[in-house]
Amino acid sequence: MQEYLIGLVGEPLVAYVLMAVVPLVFILVYALVTLYMEMKVAAHIQDRVAYMRTGWHGVLQPFADILKLLQKEDIIPAQADRLLFTAAPFFVFVGTYVGFAAIPFSSGYVGADLNLGILYIVAVSSIVVAGLLMSGWASNNKWALLGSLRSAAQIVSYEIPSALAILVAVMIAGSLNLNEVSKFQEGGIFNWVVFGGPGPVVTKLLLTPFTLTAFFVLLTAGIAEANRTPFDLPEAESELVQGFNTEYSGMKFAMFYLAEYANMFLVSAITVCLFLGGWQSPFGSFMSGPYWGAFWLIAKGMFFVFVQVWMRWTLPRLRVDQLMHVSWKVMVPFMFVCIFAVGLILVW
Amino acid sequence: MDLYTISFYMFAVLLLGSAIVVVFSRNIVRAAFALMITLLSIAAFYVLMMADFVGIVQLLLYVGGILVLILFGVMLTNRQISVDIREGAIQTIPAVIVTSTIGGILAGAIWSTAWPMREAARSVAATAPVIGEMFLTTYLLPFEVASVLLLVALVGAALIARRERKS
Repeated sequence: MQEYLIGLVGEPLVAYVLMAVVPLVFILVYALVTLYMEMKVAAHIQDRVAYMRTGWHGVLQPFADILKLLQKEDIIPAQADRLLFTAAPFFVFVGTYVGFAAIPFSSGYVGADLNLGILYIVAVSSIVVAGLLMSGWASNNKWALLGSLRSAAQIVSYEIPSALAILVAVMIAGSLNLNEVSKFQEGGIFNWVVFGGPGPVVTKLLLTPFTLTAFFVLLTAGIAEANRTPFDLPEAESELVQGFNTEYSGMKFAMFYLAEYANMFLVSAITVCLFLGGWQSPFGSFMSGPYWGAFWLIAKGMFFVFVQVWMRWTLPRLRVDQLMHVSWKVMVPFMFVCIFAVGLILVW
Repeated sequence: MDLYTISFYMFAVLLLGSAIVVVFSRNIVRAAFALMITLLSIAAFYVLMMADFVGIVQLLLYVGGILVLILFGVMLTNRQISVDIREGAIQTIPAVIVTSTIGGILAGAIWSTAWPMREAARSVAATAPVIGEMFLTTYLLPFEVASVLLLVALVGAALIARRERKS
């Protein structure tokens, strides 16, 4: 797609900018859809109907919400650090957005075809942590500070099991490039890494228990990194008002929201690329190709976004000590066993 | 000027500007965040030199690990946020001797090293496999020694932090 764009517009710089804007357009449209989906799914889980008046079944409600946010007054608390307070939402969103560069949306589109794609995504997510700490400190508010510290501690702890789970998939696929990992899983649903990847049946059967565990750990850790329920302690409203974004209003608040939604898709897309074939069709060569690839990646990603919404309205929130217990004493030992076993099976 | 040169100067300005803020800022939290910009710019320089693995590891370890730890330390010790950092010169003569010696050594190292030009560097493809292979063959002993050293530091830190108070 990059060569095509350079040929189309002539100037390479313009083509690069166009390439970089594609995920942004996707995120904006996706955020509207998810905003609507979240409210509707929540309502139906709780036996309500949610929006019914703005358009057919309330489909225009997200647009109304965005208009409302645009008109809101932008309040900066008098005692806040103005510079850091303003910069924080951008750090949080940019830290999430740059991760999209290494996601192969289809065999024909990947923002930056990096050799170290997944390592890069893990690395840039640390900018989000710094941005959250920045927002909490600059707000000059106890709840915001506590929320941001909790959030940072949570993301840093859950990076360990998720990185180990990523390692399992990387060991099987033999590449850190997400596009290569997707290519590796060619040939239908049973060649996906979650079922042991393409290979002899015996190897697949031996690998499957470990890859399944790694898949669930990655998904759970991803939900924790996106600060979603049951891991939404950073914005636990019963104790911390709204957490790190307590003092934010208007478009700055919207940036945090957008970053959270983008992060939800990002963690789903990482899980899909590593374990569920990425842009590969589940039916082998049927319904595959660059355009179907984009459809499959987005469809699989959206399914896990739906799972995250579903979880939010199903499970209660964990306590801080339980949260750390799950990460360090349950997931990390499980992942060490998985890595060791997968290594043994692959060498053997 | 091509894109490469423009981005080089852009990151150079960002690096020096944020480093100056780190040194001269009276607010310790702002200094810490300026340090983040400095570390990110250094990662950008590694990437510009086609050392993609080193650049990403720089981001992962320094921004994701060390900087977040510094921020935690600064934020949890709340007394230090409101106190201004002392500026001005103390112990001028030892400071001049130490800094000029270190500066001289660094300058000597910079001038005596033959830096590979970027045209040559651009041809280098995937760096991670080469680095991994070197670590496990040529540089196996230094690599293992460094890992044992880190393990010792980790155990020591845990021991000091978790020491039971006998009272």
